[in-house]
Amino acid sequence: MKTAAETDKQRWERETLAPALAKLPDRSQPFTTISGRPIERLYTADDLDGIDASRDIAQPGEFPYTRGIHPTGYRGKLWTMRQFAGFGTPEETNERYKTLLRAGGTGLSVAFDLPTLMGRDPDHELSLGEVGKCGVNVTSLADMETLFDDIRLSEVTTSMTINSPAAMIFAMYLVVAEKQRADWKQLSGTIQNDILKEFIAQKEYIFPPRPSMRIITDIFAFCSREVPRWNTISVSGYHIREAGATAAQELAFTLRDGLEYVRWGVDAGLDVDDFVPRMSFFFNAHSDFFEEIAKYRAARKLWAEAMRDRFGAKSDRSWKLRFHTQTAGVSLTAQQPYNNVVRTALQALSAVLGGTNSLHTNSLDEALALPTAEAATLALRTQQVIAHESGVANVVDPLGGSYFVERLTKDMEDEALAYFERIDRMGGMVEAIERGFPQQEIAESAYRFQQAVERKDKIVVGVNGFVQTDEPPMEILYIGETASETQLAKLADLKRTRDSAAVRRTLDRLGSAARGADNLMPPILDAVRAYATVGEMCDTLREVWGEYEEVPMI
Amino acid sequence: MRKLRVVIAKPGLDGHDRGAKVIARALRDAGMEVIYTGLRQTPEQIASAALQEDADVIGLSILSGAHNHIAPRLMDLLRSKGLDDVLVVLGGIIPGVDIPKLKEIGVKGIFLPGTPMQDIVDFINANARTRVA
Repeated sequence: MKTAAETDKQRWERETLAPALAKLPDRSQPFTTISGRPIERLYTADDLDGIDASRDIAQPGEFPYTRGIHPTGYRGKLWTMRQFAGFGTPEETNERYKTLLRAGGTGLSVAFDLPTLMGRDPDHELSLGEVGKCGVNVTSLADMETLFDDIRLSEVTTSMTINSPAAMIFAMYLVVAEKQRADWKQLSGTIQNDILKEFIAQKEYIFPPRPSMRIITDIFAFCSREVPRWNTISVSGYHIREAGATAAQELAFTLRDGLEYVRWGVDAGLDVDDFVPRMSFFFNAHSDFFEEIAKYRAARKLWAEAMRDRFGAKSDRSWKLRFHTQTAGVSLTAQQPYNNVVRTALQALSAVLGGTNSLHTNSLDEALALPTAEAATLALRTQQVIAHESGVANVVDPLGGSYFVERLTKDMEDEALAYFERIDRMGGMVEAIERGFPQQEIAESAYRFQQAVERKDKIVVGVNGFVQTDEPPMEILYIGETASETQLAKLADLKRTRDSAAVRRTLDRLGSAARGADNLMPPILDAVRAYATVGEMCDTLREVWGEYEEVPMI
Repeated sequence: MRKLRVVIAKPGLDGHDRGAKVIARALRDAGMEVIYTGLRQTPEQIASAALQEDADVIGLSILSGAHNHIAPRLMDLLRSKGLDDVLVVLGGIIPGVDIPKLKEIGVKGIFLPGTPMQDIVDFINANARTRVA
């Protein structure tokens, strides 16, 4: 019997739980999420204190979109199955894209190599050994033409993971579309274009933060006029999480980055409702199932409220947070790699239950190398099994109303808001980055997690538990040096055959635009049309703005 | 005897520094003196950092696949600077077929994903010696 002063949960603990615990006590491991968040044994209606169901949870398609942005969930349209791929030469990657499209992939996603990501041509000293290794090498428009050979840009949507040289690569895509006679107004896809998370986590920056932010607002302005269906930015928590952040830190830093871009756009004179609807997000799907689901739900609510209340956005398209998800590369193990198929399936399921709009599932061999075609196909099949066999796509937000999930959603939101406040006090995200705040928070979390693994507080199957010593080696995709040789030869050839006066002239115009305040996209498009290389365009901007170097901290 | 001095370096264009930073902290907590060079160091910069810092150990973190270019160049440079006795270890994503070649040119320890931090600490303690300045 419940006494007057106790809740039903307390009564249950006393009457039912206590005798059970006396017979069988808890296991000795800490009951925490992978982020170290303590989890209670049981959640009941009492845990919904402070949550107003109609205000905070609401219904799908309704503000604040905690339950999803689409009233129809996945019944109208499944998420986009978008597999990130790229390696070697544009010719090789073009083949892989055609394979993925034939296998039922519904969008393309380009992985570039490090020289391209860092704005260096294959003949630069720092490109030594890196050409085509972690993605496809794209040096000039000629490579982009090859990459999309036989693929109609008006019929696919393409996501491109490119940040510092995003404007140049996007311009190449637009010029390829132009040559295919596709209408820019109809083109759809995404450029990652999120420089803040580069400074915070992935570290593929070139220019200092402030001119980098200007390129981004120039892209916002250009696209709102010329390429209105293009997603101009994919504000990314993925890399923040991979660098070691907790789920709440991923949520907080990503959303706060988003707010920073909106502030810079508004300060550049843009109307919120003109550019915010084209902003999208990109989250990690890590291994702690419910914590991830809560993270996606909290993200939608935080964004909707911030857009309406902080920035006065009037359009519901500005309020709705759309996001891509990728399963956690960092969770994959080199040991017993087939276990990774299971990890990825669970992570993908959390993204789907959290209402992702598109999804990439990692391949089982990615702790060892870039994936083989077979491994990449199996990863796509994982999504198709979830979509068509598991039944989870039949119902909108199946976990809505779960005491546990709603409590966790609210806790994640509160933690993110506390970080927002700290970063606001520093003057904003650019200022926080300049003083190394998010970087240090993440490094702390990464080290704490590694220590938990060493202590076996966290078990990673096949690594610190259930270890197997007689593992057969796995066949991997080995990328040799031929891509580098091919790309170097093509570059030399290009430099002989293009109109070098036009290259010089367009690069000079780009330099003067960078020194002034004109939008950078038109001069970049002209340089691309003249077959200026990524390295040449970035060097032109390096001369004006200099290069960013972070202070090494451990 | 003075503490072991370790230069942790991240060569190449890659910026994924989680591994380098975690190991740097682990070695520091294990009582070593750790100098982290930061990102995108050329083999030349790493060799001169080792010389200037009077390093006993160089730890490289390479995930991008550029190890077959970076490691041989660094080993040549170390020899030419008379730093042959500096212990060189490498952590990252290294295909199995490349490991014998790397060992042959003098990379003593190669640590793949999933290696416990303590194993790396133990390996360094067993194989490095403080160089007499």
